[in-house]
Amino acid sequence: MSVPFYVSPEQIMKDKADYARKGIARGRSVVVLQYDGGIAFVAENPSRALHKISEIYDRLAFAAVGKYNEFENLRVAGVRLADLRGYSYDRADVTGRSLANAYAQTLGTIFTETPKPYEVEIVVAEVGERAAADQMYRLTFDGSVADEHGFVAMGGSAESISTALTERWHEGLSLAEAVGLAVELLGRDSGQPRTLTPAQLEVAVLDRARPRRKFRRLTGARLADLLGVSDDTPPGADIPDAEPGPRGAGGAGAQTPTSGEQSEAPVTQPRTEAGSVPDAAERPDA
Amino acid sequence: MVDGGGTYAVRGSLGIGAGGRPARMGDGLPAAFRRPGSSSFCELLAEHDPGLLPGTRWGDMLTAGSRDEHILAPHGTTIVAATYPGGVVMAGDRRATMGNIIAQRDIEKVFAADEHSCVGIAGTAGIAVELVRLFQVELEHYEKIEGLPLSMDGKANRLSTLLRGNLGLAMQGLAAVPLFAGYDLARETGRIFSYDVTGGRYEEHSWHSVGSGSMFARGALKKLYRPDLSATDTVVVTLEALYDAADDDSATGGPDLARRIYPVVLVVDADGVRRLPDAELEPLVREVVAGRLARPDGPVALPRTVPEASA
Repeated sequence: MSVPFYVSPEQIMKDKADYARKGIARGRSVVVLQYDGGIAFVAENPSRALHKISEIYDRLAFAAVGKYNEFENLRVAGVRLADLRGYSYDRADVTGRSLANAYAQTLGTIFTETPKPYEVEIVVAEVGERAAADQMYRLTFDGSVADEHGFVAMGGSAESISTALTERWHEGLSLAEAVGLAVELLGRDSGQPRTLTPAQLEVAVLDRARPRRKFRRLTGARLADLLGVSDDTPPGADIPDAEPGPRGAGGAGAQTPTSGEQSEAPVTQPRTEAGSVPDAAERPDA
Repeated sequence: MVDGGGTYAVRGSLGIGAGGRPARMGDGLPAAFRRPGSSSFCELLAEHDPGLLPGTRWGDMLTAGSRDEHILAPHGTTIVAATYPGGVVMAGDRRATMGNIIAQRDIEKVFAADEHSCVGIAGTAGIAVELVRLFQVELEHYEKIEGLPLSMDGKANRLSTLLRGNLGLAMQGLAAVPLFAGYDLARETGRIFSYDVTGGRYEEHSWHSVGSGSMFARGALKKLYRPDLSATDTVVVTLEALYDAADDDSATGGPDLARRIYPVVLVVDADGVRRLPDAELEPLVREVVAGRLARPDGPVALPRTVPEASA
């Protein structure tokens, strides 16, 4: 009869943590950073369908690195929690803090009680009325929560990106500056700097100026315009996503190509909501 | 750092709703939330907090066949919708009645359901508003979980399912009958769906109206509607139809120029759904009312060539 080896709890936790860390470091990085009009999410992700960045609720979004099935599972649970809470009480009662707490509890339980921890790191971001009210919570595989300000980098070469962001991020970056900075740093992860094209990127914003649902993906021509490069994705390659094209573009995106169409229908007034004015200032060539 | 050990209200109030499965202690998110499964918010609600579903609460509180329901709760009245090339317009009057009393002058019965569709509901106001709220969350929930909005037919079918859940109350007189319209991104056209209380779903062509004043509104739409109208002209046609409904149905309110209460008008096109602001609506309403001052019964609906030839 063999006697099982004694393994100290410290060793078990350390092994689990190392295992999770390794898994998380294997993927590409995700950068979440504040800009003057909200919070931007930038990830290197060639897939158009398997998202690392998602909408959770009106003012809440989610970004994750690590194992897709594990963070997808958490994302769906977060959407369910937020929608149930908002339906039972009011839409205003769904907050980033409560969602981050729920994720922390869940990740903590999984880390201590199951043999295999989740290999994920996630950010829950909430856009506020003003930049000072923005919230970003970073949650790690063991359920610890950090309240971050300004920017967060996760996965892959997160450390070097964070170091660079500490030097170069400052309050009041425009959207084009913020996304440009994130894309540049994401491309510098492995020695030789790479230039990431819009097709390799997943970019989304929580745009303070939008009416209710603040989350919006930036894809195709809008993203290319923002990065100051030509759009290399074939037309129709985008999955049609939640937001209406031209209208959602107000606050953040450069929307020059479609702005002419908006006055076609006589009843349609030029859409001035969602802060279309800053467009010009945000365009990289302005 | 956030206090990781803070108690989380959701565990008590949402995670373990009546009939729901209790989550294991220490879990922030109930385990059931992390099960792969449906993208439907209603199914989630049925599992976790069925008491929040419309139509499940009052059970036997109302006796079948009671005829007093009209004075029990406010009723909303007339909704009209009409398509035009490139979209669809939906408009609703602002009156809610309880028997012969006007319960509210500025109630809103037409809502955006999501970015490309809208829904207007006639019938018991409380049930109507709750159905709309659930329908809005249902569409958004699906869109967030799946990463794609439902198809136009998918949305119309979900509304049928919600209505069936209310059938018990509808049989007791507390019915809500929606009119659903939106821009179909796949077909690139505006579409209208009408319903009955049993959840029956019928696609309408060109225009439709529901509610107590609908028969008068339909008469007006029949004479005034043309498929080639612009969006603005279609809005005017729906305003004329609502005026006619208010003219002959006491439960439908006409435009209230004194209080500046005008119908709620939503225009849905490829760009999304948009509520006409009062500044845009007011001149159109005044135009309609001015026309009625000259001719109280509204525009003469003869073929355009005839009156000009005879004039």
